[in-house]
Formats: sequence, C-alpha cells, structure tokens
Amino acid sequence: MTQVSMTVNGESVSGDVEDRTLLVEFLRETLELTGTHVGCDTSQCGACVVHVDGKAVKSCTIFAAEAEGAEVQTIEGEAAPDGTLSTLQQAFQDNHGLQCGFCTPGMVMSAKALLAENPKPTEAEIRAYLSGNLCRCTGYHNIVKAIMAASGQDVSSIAAE
Amino acid sequence: MYELNITRPETLADAVEALGHDEAMALGGGQTLIPTLKQRLANPETLVSLTGIAELSGISRDGDMLIIGGTTTHAEVASGATDYPALAALAGGIGDPAVRNRGTIGGSLANDDPAACYPAAVLASGATIVTNTREIAADDFFEGMFTTALHDGEIITAVRFPIPQKANYQKFDQPASRFALVGVFVAQTADGVRVAVTGASEEGVFRWTDAEAALSADFSPTAVDGLNVSADNLIGDLHGTPEYRAHLVKVMTKRAVAASG
Ligand SMILES: Cc1cc2nc3c(=O)[nH]c(=O)nc-3n(C[C@H](O)[C@H](O)[C@H](O)COP(=O)(O)OP(=O)(O)OC[C@H]3O[C@@H](n4cnc5c(N)ncnc54)[C@H](O)[C@@H]3O)c2cc1C
Ligand code: FES
Ligand code: FES
Repeated sequence: MTQVSMTVNGESVSGDVEDRTLLVEFLRETLELTGTHVGCDTSQCGACVVHVDGKAVKSCTIFAAEAEGAEVQTIEGEAAPDGTLSTLQQAFQDNHGLQCGFCTPGMVMSAKALLAENPKPTEAEIRAYLSGNLCRCTGYHNIVKAIMAASGQDVSSIAAE
Repeated sequence: MYELNITRPETLADAVEALGHDEAMALGGGQTLIPTLKQRLANPETLVSLTGIAELSGISRDGDMLIIGGTTTHAEVASGATDYPALAALAGGIGDPAVRNRGTIGGSLANDDPAACYPAAVLASGATIVTNTREIAADDFFEGMFTTALHDGEIITAVRFPIPQKANYQKFDQPASRFALVGVFVAQTADGVRVAVTGASEEGVFRWTDAEAALSADFSPTAVDGLNVSADNLIGDLHGTPEYRAHLVKVMTKRAVAASG
C-alpha cells in the first residue's frame, strides 16, 4: 500500500491504495467520483478521459501513483457549485450531443482540452481530436456541433442528421 | 493485473539501480505496458517509472542532429520537433491526443510493435539510440517483431536524429487500433535516400533497399514505378492480405516522396 495525494477539482485528496491502482479506480472507488466512466478498460474508448496537470489522459491507463502531486480535473469539476452547467456542458445539452450519456464525461473532458489548445477548431480538427473517444449512440455529428457551438462558432450551416 | 510495486526515481542512476533487480521493469508512458499488465501478459514485481526523471525528457539541437530524450512524449515531439517537421508530424499522428500525452519515444522503440510509427522514422533517418550504457545504430537496433538489441534493464535515454534534407512519413491507418496498417518513412540526406516500412512485415520494420537505390538516382514518385514488393513474409490478417500490404508499401512510398518537403 502506498499513500497517494493529489488535487482533484481543486481539493486536496489522499488515500492509501495498492500500487497497481489505476487513476480511474482511485477516482471512482476511493474518492467515489463516479462521473469518470470505464468503457473499455483497454485504452481505446476515451470514456475515462480526465485532465492531469492540464493534459487529457486516459485515466484507465495511468497509475494513481503516477498522478502523485498532480492537479487532476474530472467531469465533476465542470459545473459550478450551484449546478450551473459549463458552456461546454450546456452546448452538449442544447445540441443533443448525448444520448445514453456514457461517453459524455470523456467527450467533454477531451473537448475541453481541445478548446484550451485551439479555441476555434474546424469541424475536421474536432473530429481528429476526438479519434480516441468512441460514442455508440450519437453518430458523433451532434457532439461535433456542440463543440463548435461551445467555441462560439456558427453551427447553422451544419445540417442536422 | 497482478500485484506490483511502483517506484518513481528522480535520477537516471537511481533508475538503473532499481532496474538492476530481477523482475523489475521500466514504465514509460504506460500506453502499451499498462494494457499488457491488465491482460496479465507481464508480471513484474516492480515497475520503475522513468517519467519523473527530468534529464530524460526534452528536445534539443546539436549541430545537424535533433536529440530527443527517452521519455519525451509524442505530444511534446509533435509540438517541439519543429526542426524536423516530418518527425513532428509522425508523432502528431500516433494514436489519439490522450495517448500522445502519455506515450514516450523510448517506450515505443523499446516495445518495437511491428505496426508502430517511430521505428520507421528511426530506421529511415539512420538515427542512433542512446542508452545508459552505449549507443546503438538504428540498423542494429530492431531485431524483429517486439525484439530489439536492448539488454534487460537497459534504458533508452535519448534518440539522436540526423536531420535530413527532405523527409516524409505516410501512414495508412488501421482505423480501429489507430496503428499503421502500412507506414512508410522516406528520408533524403547528402548520402542518399533511405526508405523504412512499418506495419507490413512479420519481421517488423525494414528498409526497402530497391526503392532506396531508385530514389537516390531520381527522387521522384515515378522512380519506384518499375519496382515490385514481394508479399513473402508480409503480414496477412483480417485487415489486409500480404498482397494488399505489398501494394500499399509502394503507394505509401510514392505519396511520401511526393509530399517530402
Ligand atoms: C489507443 C492507442 C493507439 C496507439 N496508436 C499508435 C500508433 O498509431 N502508432 C504507434 O507507434 N503507437 C501507437 N500506440 C502505442 C503508443 O505509441 C505507446 O505509447 C508506445 O508504444 C509505448 O510507449 P510508452 O511510453 O507508453 O511505453 P510503456 O507502455 O510504458 O512501455 C512499453 C515497453 O517499453 C519499455 N520501456 C519504456 N520506456 C523505456 C525506456 N526509456 N527505455 C527502455 N525501455 C523502456 C517498458 O518496459 C515496456 O516493455 C497506441 C497506443 C494506444 C493505447
Ligand atoms: S475506459 Fe479508458 S479508454 Fe476506455
Ligand atoms: S451517448 Fe451513448 S455512447 Fe455516446
């Protein structure tokens, strides 16, 4: 067992965990932050994407011990404390960017990383950036639309499909 | 995953010491090793994480060489290897953004997946792999699928790339895995042209020497028109037959030459 400490959504947290504990297990099981999802557990689907020191990572493919001392952001940190959705979350809702919602935490965290790097991405840039985030429901179209809308771009030319 | 311990040394010397023990294994970005551990295909007692060692990370220039630290991530190479644009573009096309934020050049080369991208760049550039004990020329490093010249516990500390006059990497994506179904890296230097092919062969990355000779004489896409790629020993799986891959080798080579800047 090792003690790991990090900041999650601005709060200092720590826990005693086995060394083999993955970051996603630490988040979901130790901290009970179950917004971060495990879709595949094989590094393919991106449902588990969180930010570690500002960078999008698959939390199923990094040990909790490797995030020692890091600033971690999860989907739980997106909305304001009173529940008001972030611009990105609101855009997903407004543009019907989710159906079952399983992929959504990872999609939002990936999209947030994209917009931090590239505030006005093109449709092609958005699709390329989401290549590691799989969605079984939406067909991606409305996710792309939501991200364009959240970046303040006109989405009226993107036909609904 | 079996039980294991993780240590996070801050110096190369401490990492070498920790890896000197049996059953210890290096942990780079974990993008290959963690999935392998989950499948219980490896059972190390201790993982020695290299990513906290500052001296192993970063990109620097030494004359006409670009030197990339062993734990430099794909994302850092994509944005930082501006002196070698073909290499930066290759790194920016590996997997997806989250994989690129963790995966490292040293991990990719040590792993030597037959469909990985970096081996093609290293072999075509005639790069040198620097470890904690020695320097290994690219031509001596790759020894077949998932097999390299590295000894147990040896750490890739850096890779030295001579910067070519012209170079380009063309990857035909296998869209489910995002690895290369076939990838071809072409590099033109004062000494001639080198062409390295990944994704295609049962033996791992290889040089297409016929194309090298043809392109050294005439660096244009049509120079390889008359050449044939044998399908012998090429990979055949549900994604493509050996003949299909042989065809792609030629197509990707022509595209790489056409796009070389
Ligand atoms: C979804 C997905 C898509 C991917 N797509 C691609 C792709 O398109 N192209 C591609 O090339 N790769 C791809 N990869 C693989 C990725 O590039 C990995 O990052 C890389 O293969 C391994 O690097 P790592 O740093 O993660 O190493 P790890 O997984 O940590 O380690 C891999 C092996 O290397 C050893 N090792 C690690 N670092 C060193 C070192 N410095 N010295 C000596 N030994 C070391 C470890 O002991 C282990 O045996 C993909 C991976 C995933 C999950
Ligand atoms: S659960 Fe991590 S990538 Fe699918
Ligand atoms: S909304 Fe169901 S998986 Fe994306």
